Amino acid sequence: MSNMILQTHGLTRYFGGLVAVKDVSLSVAPCQVHAIIGPNGAGKSTLVNLLTGHLKPSSGQVIFCGRDISGLAPNATSQLGIGRSFQRTNIFPSFSCLENCALAAQSRLSHSMRFFRRVEGYAAVRARAERALELCGLSHRAQAPAGAISYGEQRQLEIGMVLATEPSCLVLDEPMAGMGQEESAQVVELLRSLAREYPLVLVEHDMDAVFSIAHVLTVMVNGEVLASGSVDEVRCDPAVQEAYLGDGEEVY
Amino acid sequence: MDFPTFLIQTMNGLQQGLLLFLVASGLTLIFGIMHIINLAHGVLYMIGAYLAFWLTSLLGNFFLALVAAVPLAVLLGIVMEKLLIQRLYDRGHLDQVLLTFGLILVFDALQSMLWGNNSHSVAVPALLSGSITLTDNLNYPIYRLFLSGVCVLIAIGMYLIIQKTRLGMIIRGGASNREMVQGLGINISWTYTAVFAVGAALAAFAGAIAAPVSSVYPGMGHEILIICFVVVVIGGVGSIKGAFLAALLVGLTSTWGAVLVPHFAGAVVYALMAAVLLWKPRGLFAGAQ
Amino acid sequence: MQSLPRSIQILLIVLTLLLVFYPMFGEALVGDKYDYYLQKLTTIMILAIMAVSLDLLVGVAGMVSVAHAAFFGVAGYTLALLAPEYAAPSVWIALPLSLGVAALTALIMGALIIRTSGIFFIMVTIAFSQMLFYLLHDAPFAGGSDGIFLMFKPEVAIAGVQLLDLSNRATLFYVVLTSLILVYLLLRTLLRSPFGRVLFGIKENEVRVQALGYNPLAYKLVAFVIAGTVSGYAGFLSATQYGFVNPADVSWMLSAHALFMVILGGMGTLFGAILGAFAFEGLHYWYSSMTTHWELLMGITVILMVLLLPKGIAGLLLQLDERWQRRRRGDEPEPAPIVKTKAEEHS
Repeated sequence: MSNMILQTHGLTRYFGGLVAVKDVSLSVAPCQVHAIIGPNGAGKSTLVNLLTGHLKPSSGQVIFCGRDISGLAPNATSQLGIGRSFQRTNIFPSFSCLENCALAAQSRLSHSMRFFRRVEGYAAVRARAERALELCGLSHRAQAPAGAISYGEQRQLEIGMVLATEPSCLVLDEPMAGMGQEESAQVVELLRSLAREYPLVLVEHDMDAVFSIAHVLTVMVNGEVLASGSVDEVRCDPAVQEAYLGDGEEVY
Repeated sequence: MDFPTFLIQTMNGLQQGLLLFLVASGLTLIFGIMHIINLAHGVLYMIGAYLAFWLTSLLGNFFLALVAAVPLAVLLGIVMEKLLIQRLYDRGHLDQVLLTFGLILVFDALQSMLWGNNSHSVAVPALLSGSITLTDNLNYPIYRLFLSGVCVLIAIGMYLIIQKTRLGMIIRGGASNREMVQGLGINISWTYTAVFAVGAALAAFAGAIAAPVSSVYPGMGHEILIICFVVVVIGGVGSIKGAFLAALLVGLTSTWGAVLVPHFAGAVVYALMAAVLLWKPRGLFAGAQ
Repeated sequence: MQSLPRSIQILLIVLTLLLVFYPMFGEALVGDKYDYYLQKLTTIMILAIMAVSLDLLVGVAGMVSVAHAAFFGVAGYTLALLAPEYAAPSVWIALPLSLGVAALTALIMGALIIRTSGIFFIMVTIAFSQMLFYLLHDAPFAGGSDGIFLMFKPEVAIAGVQLLDLSNRATLFYVVLTSLILVYLLLRTLLRSPFGRVLFGIKENEVRVQALGYNPLAYKLVAFVIAGTVSGYAGFLSATQYGFVNPADVSWMLSAHALFMVILGGMGTLFGAILGAFAFEGLHYWYSSMTTHWELLMGITVILMVLLLPKGIAGLLLQLDERWQRRRRGDEPEPAPIVKTKAEEHS
């Protein structure tokens, strides 16, 4: 198991008396898409926050590339290579799309306590930002203020910003939240191309997307893991079918 | 130091703390429920004191003045909220700071225009003047006991309201969610007006009832505003319980500070605040924030 | 970040030139009021330096500090305390020390409060200002409520040869004007740098900034110290001008006035803060000439300004310029973007 990029052991988180995540153990291999699904309130977002450091675990561990990162701050996990996107669009609305990615790319400079040179003068930063914008399909919107582009484009920018930080593992929290059919299809394509290069942890409700790109599936219900394994295994698991997938109908 | 002096200083400190609680509770309520930082809270205290002074000379009786001052203060609070404060709910803190700072300037000027720049005193009502003998050589002014008593009663009243009513439930929950509150069947707009008016009335009442012991002078609102901020910072923003404990702590520290380190009496309370912040960066009972 | 619109650049240059030429031609224009206005303008420019550094905190990083005067006053006090009683302090010693004390004060205060935000931060800055006020008021070495007099202006000399005579009002005027221009250019450079970008990001979305790998606390603290040091420089100049410091120099009310200047001028634009300082003092002067109760008029102005002109004078100017540009280009089929990028709004 030592070649696992990301692992959790018995990860647990309480909020007062409420257990949000209980004893979750999963692992993500390199070049693998590990999707986490489950009904609302299953603890998926809490799990994402635990992985990225936005929340500290009450007990249990998160191991990234062999290193225990449980409880590290979000900026530390980002610097280690975990790139996280948010379920609710979390961009800089008054910055242009390029500037959004540039700020993300800039974080990979050894430090940003640089006061005297204009930020445009950092060619490497700009190059990385442009590449990220290209990868997420927004090159044509580089100068547009991020607050003025469409919702779907903002979700793409959300991913673009993460790519600009040159992560070694992506953690995407419902990248397709609130999207229509056509937009979703575009994002699925994007995710598919990303899956070729990065290990991906994907929290999603959109089952079509999940089944088309995921290799491994973890189903969460009430904060616990109901089943975890390859997509086919989990799909056929009777407990999962009963609790979550229903009669093969879409779950929204 | 002998025991009587110790007792007197401690009682003074508690009395000061209780009075401070009246004012600070209004401030922390307005923040906790409406998320408004209200710099004009201090001038409301001052207005209460000036109302006490003016109404006492007008009506000839301090108690009547107290009774008359409260509805006036409530009215002022309602007018302020409806006219100005409610425009701040969707604005950032900077706008709130500046607008309420503007109110300070306006009220300071009005006070100066109406009552001039001298200080005034309000006589302790005859019924409560004089001292009570506690021990052999220990006399304590009756009025201060009365003052403390009234504050305690109000504190108990607040406790009951917070624990037993729907409004209290909102306060305890630190409800920041307008929709949620409305979902409880409560008219949000009038709730906010009521909270602001009550906060204003508490501050004004405190100023009025304290007038006989602390006199009435320009700028008295500024000092108490800052001390209230210290109380709220120490107690934790939005926490009434925190405000109560912090107020007592500040009152005692201030009184004892003046006795033990008279040279740095002014700064002692702030040193306390800095110490608390080092230990608990968001105050003793940091609530919903 | 792009530059300011051409019309605004021209406006600023014209205003700067007016200031540059005032000491030369002012006497001819205003006769015996020349000296009074010279001093007044110097004071306003000093306040503008304080305001523009506050804009870095408030308008750029989003930190509403009501403690900015603390550093202003502390630097002034350092100068006054360092000054020997019967000789002029050397600027080469006094200035670095004053700035150093201001920076240290900002560092200590910042370290204690930088983890807080919002209302808590505001209250704590007010409280710390008041603490400094009492310390300076009560400390035996600080002269109490009367303050301290500075008998001689700092001496600017090398090897006994005087370079600048700061007791000459016109010289001081030019020193302050040059300082203002340099401070403005320095802060503008700062804003275009990687550091500046992070600050803008923090104001807009601090959570995301942290998620991208930055430690926002470090950047906020550095911004706090930089702003505090520049404010200290303004305090040094102020003590030099007046020859006098007193506890009111650190009061939170002075900080609130500075905050108003930033807002009145339009926060986040830097040049707005400078315009705001001039506008505020102008209003102060005008209202005082009408009545002793100028505070009433000023208070009403503050309230109206918050309600009606939230983007301040700079915002108004930028809006006017934008409308003028559109009309100049003829009526375009495409409306201007709803949201201006930061790059289009400031320099």
